[in-house]
Amino acid sequence: MTDAPLLKVRDISKFYGARIGCRNVSFDLWPGEVLAVVGESGSGKTTLLNCLATRLMPTSGSVEYRMRDGTMRDLARMSEAERRFLMRTDWGFVHQNPADGLRMAVSAGANVGERLMAVGERHYGNIRETAGDWLGRVEISADRIDDQPRAFSGGMRQRLQIARNLVTSPRLVFMDEPTGGLDVSVQARLLDLLRGLVQDLGLSAIVVTHDLAVARLLSHRMMVMKDGLVIEQGLTDRVLDDPREAYTQLLVSSILQV
Amino acid sequence: MTTADLATYNFAYLDEQTKRMIRRAILKAIAIPGYQVPFASREMPMPYGWGTGGVQVTAAILGPKDVLKVIDQGADDTTNAVSIRAFFQKVANVAVTTKTRAATIIQTRHRIPEEKLTSGQTLVYQVPIPEPLRFLEPRETETRKMHALEEYGLMHVKLYEDIARNGHIATTYAYPVKVEGRYVMDPSPTPKFDNPKMHMSEALQLFGAGREKRIYAVPPYTEVVSLDFEDHPFEIQTFDKPCALCGAQDVYLDEVVLDDRGGRMFVCSDTDHCEQRCASGHRGHLAHDKEAAE
Repeated sequence: MTDAPLLKVRDISKFYGARIGCRNVSFDLWPGEVLAVVGESGSGKTTLLNCLATRLMPTSGSVEYRMRDGTMRDLARMSEAERRFLMRTDWGFVHQNPADGLRMAVSAGANVGERLMAVGERHYGNIRETAGDWLGRVEISADRIDDQPRAFSGGMRQRLQIARNLVTSPRLVFMDEPTGGLDVSVQARLLDLLRGLVQDLGLSAIVVTHDLAVARLLSHRMMVMKDGLVIEQGLTDRVLDDPREAYTQLLVSSILQV
Repeated sequence: MTTADLATYNFAYLDEQTKRMIRRAILKAIAIPGYQVPFASREMPMPYGWGTGGVQVTAAILGPKDVLKVIDQGADDTTNAVSIRAFFQKVANVAVTTKTRAATIIQTRHRIPEEKLTSGQTLVYQVPIPEPLRFLEPRETETRKMHALEEYGLMHVKLYEDIARNGHIATTYAYPVKVEGRYVMDPSPTPKFDNPKMHMSEALQLFGAGREKRIYAVPPYTEVVSLDFEDHPFEIQTFDKPCALCGAQDVYLDEVVLDDRGGRMFVCSDTDHCEQRCASGHRGHLAHDKEAAE
């Protein structure tokens, strides 16, 4: 890890009219670090994630991102063209429902290749080779490259979505409940895969989840949210093994032990 | 026809305010090659899909001294072409022709004439769906943004899909082009055979989409490049046989079924071009049968 943070978040608040989405959230994200945001549904996790990923405009506060050239840029002050370029090159966004992040009517290969074509790759053979390589890395067999995601199972779709996001080697990936809606054994495989990819590629990631097991396996650090506020944050093992806030204790103790 | 007969119509059907509005849209379209300019498309006395956009553009640029040619899939004698030609004869009393060379304005549905167009001529296309990105991105707000920010990666996704499924780029008509290095444009459902004719054309090319309320243009001497991949370059259709009537080799051919026993012939889609060649003595292998039939 280098000595400068990748993402600097200061006092982010988002109000939906009088209702609170999230309030006064501040943190730094360092290169190579995985941050988990946990909390019950309605606690503002997804609102926070969308504010960070410029999918929502925060009501107040600032998000600064360190570009590849090392300069810190305020995301709200960037032009839309720059933001969209960042979104499809340096960032990834993994949706809970793969259908939101994939083009369901085009083949797996084209789904993975879309970002490459968007940044100017114009050699069919190279695009296809890279797409095939990435399908392999997310454990989708090479003979499914021309199948549409419609024909894929839920777990495969999610892995395809991950490949599609990682093909431009982004530095920061946002994940919104990446394992939601998958059965337990598929979840385990996906988590294993994600952990491997994050480690190999040195990715930074912000993972929103209500599943503490996901946080435990993937993240270095975690934030617990309740009613739009961050009530506790710290190293994942510390928060999970020694929760200080009453709500966190409740959350941790409500996991089924089998 | 006497002027008394015309009294119920303004010249060229549309009222002057409407023509003014369409001309402004056309001027803007010419100023920004390939950009789709919205305009307040009017109801025309024909159904959408029959060329309401093209007719409005033609009506807006038509003058009393113009000579109009109308083609439908290259032919001067099909219903759509005959009706539109008769329409302008009636409402504008302009001279009409079937000869490409004699025309000053050519309204076309899905072909560019084989004969090279020259400076001073205007080609008006009838466009059903002006948005090249539409079938990949259904949201108009999003496609407009993509045009504005020049995000055209999606167009190549379509071509990628073609190659992945068919082994080659299987798009044969409405083949996307990039105009003057900036806007990606749908050349209307002309066969891709005609795409190279748009590049550096001496004639002005105007596109009107009536239902979608868009006008766009390619000014004369404008760069028009068909999109492709480095290892799958753009190619036009080729035909094994020459035209059965005039023997032309390097033209776009239509397949005509002759009987119910598998008999078929390939003839020029551009009827005027075919007739000119026949008149100057060129003969295909079925030309004799045609003369006998007549």
